Amino acid sequence: MLDRKNKPLLIFGLVVMFIILVPLVLVVITSFGNQPTISLPIKGFTFEWYKNILQQPDFVDGFKMSLFVALIASFSALLIGIPAVYALTRYNLQHAEWFQSFFLSPTLIPEIVVGFALYQTAVISFKLPLLISLLVGHFLLCLPYVIRLVSASMLILDPHIEEAAWVSGCTKGQAFFLVVLPNIKASVIAAFMMCFINSFNNIPISLFLNGPALNMLPTAILNYLQNNYDPTVSAISVVLMIFTAVMMWVVEKFLGVNKLVK
Amino acid sequence: MRKRSAILLLLPAFVGVLIFTFYPLIQIIIPTLNQSSDYGKLYLEFLKSSYNQTVIFRTLAIALFTTLVVLVLGLPLAIWIARQDEKVRKLLSVIILFPMLTNAVIRNFAWIIILGKNGVFNDLLLKLHLISAPITILYTNAAIVIGSAYLFLPIMVTSLVGSITELNIETEEAAAVLGAGAMTNLFKVIIPQLTTGILTGCILVFAGTMTAYTTPQLLGGNRHLVMATLIYQQAMTLGDWTNASVVAIILIILSVVIMFAINKLMKKLDRRKVNA
Repeated sequence: MLDRKNKPLLIFGLVVMFIILVPLVLVVITSFGNQPTISLPIKGFTFEWYKNILQQPDFVDGFKMSLFVALIASFSALLIGIPAVYALTRYNLQHAEWFQSFFLSPTLIPEIVVGFALYQTAVISFKLPLLISLLVGHFLLCLPYVIRLVSASMLILDPHIEEAAWVSGCTKGQAFFLVVLPNIKASVIAAFMMCFINSFNNIPISLFLNGPALNMLPTAILNYLQNNYDPTVSAISVVLMIFTAVMMWVVEKFLGVNKLVK
Repeated sequence: MRKRSAILLLLPAFVGVLIFTFYPLIQIIIPTLNQSSDYGKLYLEFLKSSYNQTVIFRTLAIALFTTLVVLVLGLPLAIWIARQDEKVRKLLSVIILFPMLTNAVIRNFAWIIILGKNGVFNDLLLKLHLISAPITILYTNAAIVIGSAYLFLPIMVTSLVGSITELNIETEEAAAVLGAGAMTNLFKVIIPQLTTGILTGCILVFAGTMTAYTTPQLLGGNRHLVMATLIYQQAMTLGDWTNASVVAIILIILSVVIMFAINKLMKKLDRRKVNA
């Protein structure tokens, strides 16, 4: 039987886990190598490449810009998405399901096409500044996560407790912020984290919407990697992995990492 | 009054998606149709070129192989994880989640280290005397499949672990008592109960691989373009935005049609299960 005691399954499981982890471990090892190009096994041991990250304005500015864009895009997706979810789940609208699919439709369009099309509409036709267009692109990436995760928990939440708050004298606004929001808090945080991580890591949308003065970290690493092959890339990768691990730890502390994928 | 406040709440999201998703799509479709009196001319010309046919075929083949690799590696791994104690299962799920949340560039870069001319893999084969000179793996279609499979494996595993945990293990015990071996159990008992989960995972992997830009760009090089990298090349390197739009539209149509087809298949298989 395929349970814990099945030997072939155990071996298979361990081998695949090994394949999943080893590539990332290799990246960590190469970041400490002494040679000017990436090679394994490494000779010597140095933190030089980590210092070199700070010498790369593309990486430093890119990190700040990616952080900024991810925060703004995630917050605006929550700000615009949550009211829409509330309307869809609480007003018995006639075409609620249609609206739901409409809001999820950006996921059906390949990310590279979102960036490509948005460049022509927002930047060329509407003459919007590049930064605004980039934020719009990342907002479109984030919105479906908010719609999906928050509406799942709104549907579970009993509408009567909100009505009870109205009867007890709360205005609609007070009832939402004092009663509804605390009850869907976990899904709002999960949605925010998914938005943030996906926006921060995104390349295809940013590809058409960045420029010399508007540098995102993932595209900066991509460009660097296409022109250089030194351990600076390994070092910045390790920094980003630590960043990811810290975020996962924070999520685990507050609501359990498994919430992110449910 | 009630209706008005509902509309007010929906409006920002609705207008945002309409103006910035649908309007841009219409805006890129129109120039591809208006080039001459013959509406589909640009599309026919594009599809007639044998170079473009190769790119489309490569895109589909890479997505197909990636999906197969991910399924073959992911399903047993998901079963193994799902059958652990809750504590171990949680730990393994977190370990799987970590690469999933790590930037795609980093995960592709790791495979450049492994698959390159002087990479870890060639080193290993040379030391084992299996080959006498380094073989080329990086910048081939195989490298794109390996990189994409690595990218999407965690997604398949996480989505399967959930549904396997919910399976009733007594069904398998019953099959085992009646003489079913592990393989029979896998194909006759476990997989039939998982069709929805497996096909959902396959949609995610297939559509994701098919439309991905980063992996084919980094691991495929310039000679192994797929549709996503072709869009970028047409627009940014050649400056032919209309042609890039043609590729973009074909890519959207292909991915939506394939997702729709797998969905249909899923519903059909599900109905059969209900009837049986």
